Amino acid sequence: MTLLEAAQTAIAIAIQKGATAAECTIAEGEEFSATVRLGEVETIKEAGSRGAGLRVLMGRKQGSSYTSDLSGDGLARMADAALAIAEITEEDPFAGLPEKEELGQIDGDLKLAADDVANVEAAARIDAAKRAEAAALKADERIANSEGAGCETYTGTRVFVNSLGFSGAYTSTNASLSVTPVAKRGDAMERDYWHTTSRSWAGMESPEDVGRIAAERAVRRLGARKIETQKATIVFEPRVAKSILGHIFEAVNGDSIYRKSSFLLDKIDEQIAASNVTVIDDATVPGWFGTSPFDDEGVPTRRTPVIEGGVLKSYLLNTYTARKLGLKTTGCAARGLTGAPGVGHGTLYLEAGSKTPEEIFAAVGTGLYVTELIGFGVNVVTGDYSRGAAGLWIEGGKLSYPVAEITIAGNLSEMLRDIVHIGSDLEFRGSTCAPTIAIANMTISGK
Amino acid sequence: MPLSSSLFGQKFAITERDLESYLAEALSKGGDYADLYFEYLATASISLDESIIKSATQGVTLGVGIRVLFGERTGYAYSDDLSPDKIRKAARTASCIASGPATQLTAGLTSVEKHDLYKVATLAGDTPLADRAQLVKRADAAARAHDPRVFQVQAVYADTVRHVLVASSDGKLSIDRQPMARMNVSVLAREDGGVPQRGYAGGGGRIGLDFFTGDHSPERFATDAARQAIVQLHAIDAPAGEMTVVFGPGWPGILLHEAVGHGLEADFNRKGVSAFSGRVGQKVASDLCTVVDDGTIASRRGSLNVDDEGEPTKQNVLIENGVLRGYLTDKLSARLTNAKSTGSGRRESYQHYPMPRMTNTFMLAGESDPEEILKSVKSGLYCANFGGGQVDITSGNFVFSASESFLIKDGKITTPVRGATLIGNGPEALKYVSMVGNDLKLDQGIGVCGKEGQSVPVGVGIPTIKIDKMTVGGTR
Repeated sequence: MTLLEAAQTAIAIAIQKGATAAECTIAEGEEFSATVRLGEVETIKEAGSRGAGLRVLMGRKQGSSYTSDLSGDGLARMADAALAIAEITEEDPFAGLPEKEELGQIDGDLKLAADDVANVEAAARIDAAKRAEAAALKADERIANSEGAGCETYTGTRVFVNSLGFSGAYTSTNASLSVTPVAKRGDAMERDYWHTTSRSWAGMESPEDVGRIAAERAVRRLGARKIETQKATIVFEPRVAKSILGHIFEAVNGDSIYRKSSFLLDKIDEQIAASNVTVIDDATVPGWFGTSPFDDEGVPTRRTPVIEGGVLKSYLLNTYTARKLGLKTTGCAARGLTGAPGVGHGTLYLEAGSKTPEEIFAAVGTGLYVTELIGFGVNVVTGDYSRGAAGLWIEGGKLSYPVAEITIAGNLSEMLRDIVHIGSDLEFRGSTCAPTIAIANMTISGK
Repeated sequence: MPLSSSLFGQKFAITERDLESYLAEALSKGGDYADLYFEYLATASISLDESIIKSATQGVTLGVGIRVLFGERTGYAYSDDLSPDKIRKAARTASCIASGPATQLTAGLTSVEKHDLYKVATLAGDTPLADRAQLVKRADAAARAHDPRVFQVQAVYADTVRHVLVASSDGKLSIDRQPMARMNVSVLAREDGGVPQRGYAGGGGRIGLDFFTGDHSPERFATDAARQAIVQLHAIDAPAGEMTVVFGPGWPGILLHEAVGHGLEADFNRKGVSAFSGRVGQKVASDLCTVVDDGTIASRRGSLNVDDEGEPTKQNVLIENGVLRGYLTDKLSARLTNAKSTGSGRRESYQHYPMPRMTNTFMLAGESDPEEILKSVKSGLYCANFGGGQVDITSGNFVFSASESFLIKDGKITTPVRGATLIGNGPEALKYVSMVGNDLKLDQGIGVCGKEGQSVPVGVGIPTIKIDKMTVGGTR
């Protein structure tokens, strides 16, 4: 039985046993990884797994189940479990599959899978990780240790079938390489990392570049000072700026909107950010990390402007949240194998501005360049924002000394309006992407 | 439990001879050590939103993870198919980490002596689904009845039972059945169309459905969540800068988990990349601080009869009267550092290899009356509840988010303040602990710890303590 046949079988069994509608997701994946440390192999992991998830509706009640047993018996047990647990759920007038005419997928080669990933030998992964680590270790004499380097390749297939006749499948591949060197001066140690990821093996940055950049990042943190508590302009490098995009996503996520738990509730067509801010969700561009032909309910993906010129244009919705809000799905259903679909995004990005990072430092004059954020101190209900930070102090328009053990705080509503500069350095390194951004009037808490 | 009467013997007909042959396959290229981790995990969860049980899920995952150690190297493979040929294939894949003639196994497997920490008469998963569904319905009703300003309630109930079998090439066999249940309630309250505020509470452990009564009833969790949301309605902006901070008892023990716990995991220390590396015997906290990690407390969320490498868990003293005593080890780090396993080898599932992790981490009670601690503070912050935290183990800098805190003025708890992150440095922060209360409390049992992509359930605890200097990341 192919994966598609297994999904179709699960649907047929569920309908035959009394479900009024059903949808089945099957995921199959193979992961191969190697980690090395100080030039020696540390771990090698090779494995494959697969599983199926089923959601059934009985009128407006719904239940779900999952299994890794894709035999006929296993699929039947999954259907029984989903139907049994649906009994205890309650009528939800908005529950259901998408409308039949909403189903479909976008055409064309989306370049989600590269042939070279499946053929990578274990030795090649080990070699890439060793080269990246070696480059980091020799980049600077202050690189005294390493947490290691890792290289991973992944091939995954996703199948989705529903009882309205949708059936689709796609395979995607991924290759990634990362290294975490440790820099030391006296008793003080600092680590940082750098990584590259690509749909193809050949598309990764060179291990030497990854290692060198990681080493530079770790070394420049040495001798970090704790600074005085003060108001300042904060410049977020792209790697941390994308986390702000993540908070915007949480706030425009249809689940947050219908539950009235978002600081962006009821703000459509209002100016919620500085006029230079445009945020797009696009799951249709071939090769991007957030691309797929259909969402996790079988609805075609699309390009959705979320914020244009600082004005909030759209929430991101699946079928359920769209119905709750009297709107149409934006093709953003996302789920693991099981449960009712949640809301996700394609490639969510902040459009690039015109300044280089150096031009932004010069324009800011004095402020903080943040290269790392830790902790979970963000509340999208109120917009309250407070996170641990490390980075470099900007003085005289240039980066000067490293800074650590401080927090930066503000409120997302004000922070979005206080975005004073957006960099030209947008790169599509993942499914959430941002260039360098500068936000004025934030509070640094330190000494 | 003998293998023949365990789920793996009954359902999958796995025998000791099978286990030995898989281990032999794993060591066929000369590894130093191999182990098999069989897992069968059954889960159920029920979610309520807008007073409706909107969704519910149940299912089973199962598989086997096979690990081979060869010097500092680990080979790992897993299979979600327990047929003998698939298990052998995984064993062969893992074996390739080594190179050489096969390692001979000692004959026979001996059952490990394990604790008996899960006092569950009836597994939650064996009770009627309708009874479990009642818990979220009751939580919803109680939160809404608590105060008319409550306008959104989400409640989730979930239970799991994990059957685990670990067989290792040193001739040990352990079989454990690990129950878990928990419920969480999240409440939003609003006043006069103003900004909503969230409150959050929950509890659970290695318990059955009978746990959810009295102090652990859905009503108690719901009203606690509602209370927190309503307190926040009148909160002012949090202060910014260094100040005296008093931590309330219980969940604020997450301070220990972030400030010292992760930094004391032996994998980081073996590699010399932790801020605590090479500091055993040194002073890393004030004399008042004794911190333990204890996986042997009955019914606790972080407790285990045996860890995920089949070793019995222990009570491990991490810091004694301010002096660093030792690290948390798994088998690999113990072998490589000539230490004993502290029973701290844990993993998220059969798809993951084990690493040193915490279980229940807490500070022993001191002698101060909590009232006296507050009275001693002229001006500062009192933190009653926290969200999550994170640590950079190399620099030692850690953060955690206060979700319910209040200003202290002249020894009294006064105005509530909005959420803020607290930041400190692991080997330094606890040196400023100047008072420790006599009111040690463990958390309610909803903690999850993440490390290198693996999540495991943990517990924390702390008595009321005073830290003379800590940085609070507010805006005011």
